[in-house]
Amino acid sequence: MPAVSKGDGMRGLAVFISDIRNCKSKEAEIKRINKELANIRSKFKGDKALDGYSKKKYVCKLLFIFLLGHDIDFGHMEAVNLLSSNKYTEKQIGYLFISVLVNSNSELIRLINNAIKNDLSSRNPTFMCLALHCIANVGSREMAEAFASEIPRILVAGDTMDSVKQSAALCLLRLYKTSPDLVLMGEWTSRVVHLLNDQHMGVVTAAISLITCLSQKNPDEFKTCVSLAVSRLSRIVSSASTDLQDYTYYFVPAPWLSCKLLRLLQCYPPPEDGAVKGRLVECLETILNKAQEPPKSKKVQHSNAKNAILFEAISLIIHYDSEPNLLVRACNQLGQFLQHRETNLRYLALESMCTLASSEFSHEAVKTHIETVINALKTERDVSVRQRAADLLYAMCDRSNAKQIVAEMLSYLETADYSIREEMVLKVAILAEKYAVDYSWYVDTILNLIRIAGDYVSEEVWYRVIQIVINRDDVQGYAAKTVFEALQAPACHENMVKVGGYILGEFGNLIAGDPRSSPLVQFNLLHSKFHLCSVPTRALLLSAYIKFINLFPETKATIQEVLRCDSQIRNSDVELQQRAVEYLKLSSIASTDVLATVLEEMPPFPERESSILAKLKKKKGPGAVSVTELEDSKREGGELNGGSDRGPDTSSTPSPSADLLGIRSSAPVGTAPASAGNLLVDVFSEAGPAAPSAAVNDDGFLRFVCKNNGVLFENQLLQIGIKSEYRQNLGRMYLFYGNKTSVQFASFTTSVSCPGELQSHILSLNVQTKQVEPLVEGGAQIQQVLNIECLTDFSDAPLLNIKFRYGGALQNLTLKLPVTINKFFQPTEMSSHDFFQRWKQLSQPQQEAQKIFKANHSMDTEVLKAKLLGLGTALLDNVDPNPENYVCAGVIQTKGQQVGCLLRLEPNAQAQMYRLTLRCSKDSVSRRLCELLAEQF
Amino acid sequence: MHFLYPMCCFNSLLNLTCQNQNNYIQDHLKSALFDAFCLTADVFNRPLCSLISLFFHFFSSFQMQFMLLFSRQGKLRLQKWYVPLSDKEKKKITRELVQTVLARKPKMCSFLEWRDLKIVYKRYASLYFCCAIEDQDNELITLEIIHRYVELLDKYFGSVCELDIIFNFEKAYFILDEFLLGGEAQETSKKNVLKAIEQADLLQEEQKDMLGLH
Repeated sequence: MPAVSKGDGMRGLAVFISDIRNCKSKEAEIKRINKELANIRSKFKGDKALDGYSKKKYVCKLLFIFLLGHDIDFGHMEAVNLLSSNKYTEKQIGYLFISVLVNSNSELIRLINNAIKNDLSSRNPTFMCLALHCIANVGSREMAEAFASEIPRILVAGDTMDSVKQSAALCLLRLYKTSPDLVLMGEWTSRVVHLLNDQHMGVVTAAISLITCLSQKNPDEFKTCVSLAVSRLSRIVSSASTDLQDYTYYFVPAPWLSCKLLRLLQCYPPPEDGAVKGRLVECLETILNKAQEPPKSKKVQHSNAKNAILFEAISLIIHYDSEPNLLVRACNQLGQFLQHRETNLRYLALESMCTLASSEFSHEAVKTHIETVINALKTERDVSVRQRAADLLYAMCDRSNAKQIVAEMLSYLETADYSIREEMVLKVAILAEKYAVDYSWYVDTILNLIRIAGDYVSEEVWYRVIQIVINRDDVQGYAAKTVFEALQAPACHENMVKVGGYILGEFGNLIAGDPRSSPLVQFNLLHSKFHLCSVPTRALLLSAYIKFINLFPETKATIQEVLRCDSQIRNSDVELQQRAVEYLKLSSIASTDVLATVLEEMPPFPERESSILAKLKKKKGPGAVSVTELEDSKREGGELNGGSDRGPDTSSTPSPSADLLGIRSSAPVGTAPASAGNLLVDVFSEAGPAAPSAAVNDDGFLRFVCKNNGVLFENQLLQIGIKSEYRQNLGRMYLFYGNKTSVQFASFTTSVSCPGELQSHILSLNVQTKQVEPLVEGGAQIQQVLNIECLTDFSDAPLLNIKFRYGGALQNLTLKLPVTINKFFQPTEMSSHDFFQRWKQLSQPQQEAQKIFKANHSMDTEVLKAKLLGLGTALLDNVDPNPENYVCAGVIQTKGQQVGCLLRLEPNAQAQMYRLTLRCSKDSVSRRLCELLAEQF
Repeated sequence: MHFLYPMCCFNSLLNLTCQNQNNYIQDHLKSALFDAFCLTADVFNRPLCSLISLFFHFFSSFQMQFMLLFSRQGKLRLQKWYVPLSDKEKKKITRELVQTVLARKPKMCSFLEWRDLKIVYKRYASLYFCCAIEDQDNELITLEIIHRYVELLDKYFGSVCELDIIFNFEKAYFILDEFLLGGEAQETSKKNVLKAIEQADLLQEEQKDMLGLH
């Protein structure tokens, strides 16, 4: 028990809290809480009316239990009752309970609003403040509706007490944030601005938050606040430390208000009025001067408050970006902080300097601190400070210091924390590209990057180096030589193998003259890595091999030997097998001319935004140099992409894919295997092949009613493709899960469940599958086979649930599997006579299902025919007397029975409508088919 | 209901909100977005981190998002949320932050980046005070907000300790409400805040006298 218990201690509450604290285990605590809850519940339900004190005590206990982390599902009504008590403490506890346990129960909200209304009109300032605090804490839309017009009135009324004004201002701010449409501007707005002049500093402090928020949204209406804010600021800045009495904090006059004033000014451009501007500049200079004065107190609170204002002033100076003198002074001040013994100040100085680096006036001044920053990167003990240092190095980098900075960042990368490696890698890659004057340096840097932090080098980075090497013929020989040397390391990263495979496949001939890197040596080197690599890399290497056959005819026999061996030509991976077979065939059938044409060197890539830059943009790294700036500088020196000296694109469109052969566009081998899709994904441009939108819904499901193959789902991380085939009542579905990221998915599990209706009666679908491997490597694709048996007709589709860990986060996804009843159709051909005879036989009303609906897709005959055939039925010609109509017939095969189905679709082209009629021997099937099909046309 | 619907709805709203430049329309969209957010968060078993960050991004401008007080053992002693979040999300955020902050060493800096927010924290004896602010907000002044609150508690309880806050948690909330409202400083004068609280205590005493409880 605490020594002091102010106000009225609620003894019962204190005892309860003690009990909870004495509980030895979680179980004991829960037991004690349940006992208490039962007690309170019985008290609330009891016949005896509770007095206010007991009610307050129990409500307070409930609140305590809730704050411990337990759920509370009663007591709200009692709390609302407390609101209307005229005893202050009871009211206060009632409001606290409501504020913490907001409940959108509409009935209660009405009662709460009623109590608030009473207190607002009570003219008792303490009650009014309680009510306003409650509105500000809850801030729901219902409250905004009830009070948004009332509060401005209280705020500007002449006779309102100061404390009520303060609460009203911040209460209104909260309502404006939740429901800006309900807070209407009016004549009160101009009076609110004048609160900046209020005698009471507390009122100014509260009102300025409201004014700042309002001026962001309506800058013109609140323009007058600028001059008011400047004069207020000037008065505070020039006041002696004792002038403001209790608003002076550790010898700093009104630090909170000063910061808020400086923040308000950042909503506007520099004042146009010369006098106002002069006064403001004076203030800013005074603030900078004060930073140089000896501290008035040794307390950290003094320096924190003083520096808080200083940093806010620097933000304003940067925001104006028009006073070179102030910018340079700010920079020098921050430079002093870089070596301060307070970690907090070093952190903030690094952060603030990042923004200064992007101003043309202070960029040079920032650069003078490079040694200090590099030192910080090496010696700071706190990772978050090191991260700031790295950001600043990135921001201050230009042509003059790029080599030094990139070298420092690379060496930091060797020991960098895992959490920031990926971002560091991107930054190094961008700086290397942006400021590359000679390309050998660029190639060295990127290869070093892969060597040091291969795991964090995303696809974009190594694609980009290849893109640049291909576009620059003066660097190709050097790249081939360097990559050849890098590959000789006993252990090298898979990304290195990818780059090596690609570059040697294209430009290996440039170093083949040296006996130490003769064609066969090159091939053997590459092939020594082959068995250690993942499937996509192996695929790339196979393509490199066929390129070798073209470049160096003398390697043909050796390579054919490799392709012919069982591990290639009978590889269990379809993609690898297909490549091996096709390349082998290509190398033995095609003449050297054909071979040379097909396997020609890749044409230069078109000029486009750097893929790495696109990635960094997505990442929103703090301290990232503004992207436009980066692009500008690239245009100036933009020789990297080298479109200019290579001339415009040749007639053959270069494939953006990273595949050596560019199968997508030229398809020399004839077929692009379906599963190759993810190996050929276009990563260089956002506008790749028409990718289905990330937001998937039932469309994904409905799109598969009339087809069996395609992409079922796709988002940033994962792509799920589907291939399926059905015979009679059996089906087999292949699911392809493609990891679109460069990071491994862990604990990858999938499960298929048939929803409720299906299981509760009789199992109508039997879905069998094997569990997939729990790890999916970055860029890899895994396959799962589902065996499906239709036992009886059904309407709900099975659900596929996918769970995996990406980074640390668990991803959970549920999709409807496109298994629909029509998949088990057998087409039935029949004559016109037979059709109509059966049509008549199925004449019971429940056997028929009909729907008239508007056309959602093209009404073109061929499209319709294709869809109806995709449905699985036979499309019968010359049956319906009206040639515009379509009739179909089929039998649905389930394990137990066969269901005959007849379909008639009558388009009305003029009205863009259809009438769809189904007659089946089983009525549930008619209904289900009708539902499914109505969405298809 | 199919779980993808709210997701879709959320995405398209989000796109709309990002594209539309008109302030008024944007505000409307934001409130719709908020509903969609609640729905999505409800439907999914776990809150989605990305949604939460987006949420912070859209529904705040220069203000404190929340304040947490927890002990060295990780026990939460006070929580104040200035943005609307579901209980589930609050618990998740609390768990994550307590872990992160407790893992930091004493000499490290008091600020850290966390999701799209900045965390400012300081340890006083056995208690950690931890505030989440926005990217553009002032870290140092937030640090002093924390200190001023500690001073207020100290003055009111007379050399405050963790037990005072446990046993008089409601007082800790009342004092905070007088000092900060909706995440903004309402009254920074120590005297004025304490005066308001003491006035309330006085009201209590009077009432107790009338009831003859003394």
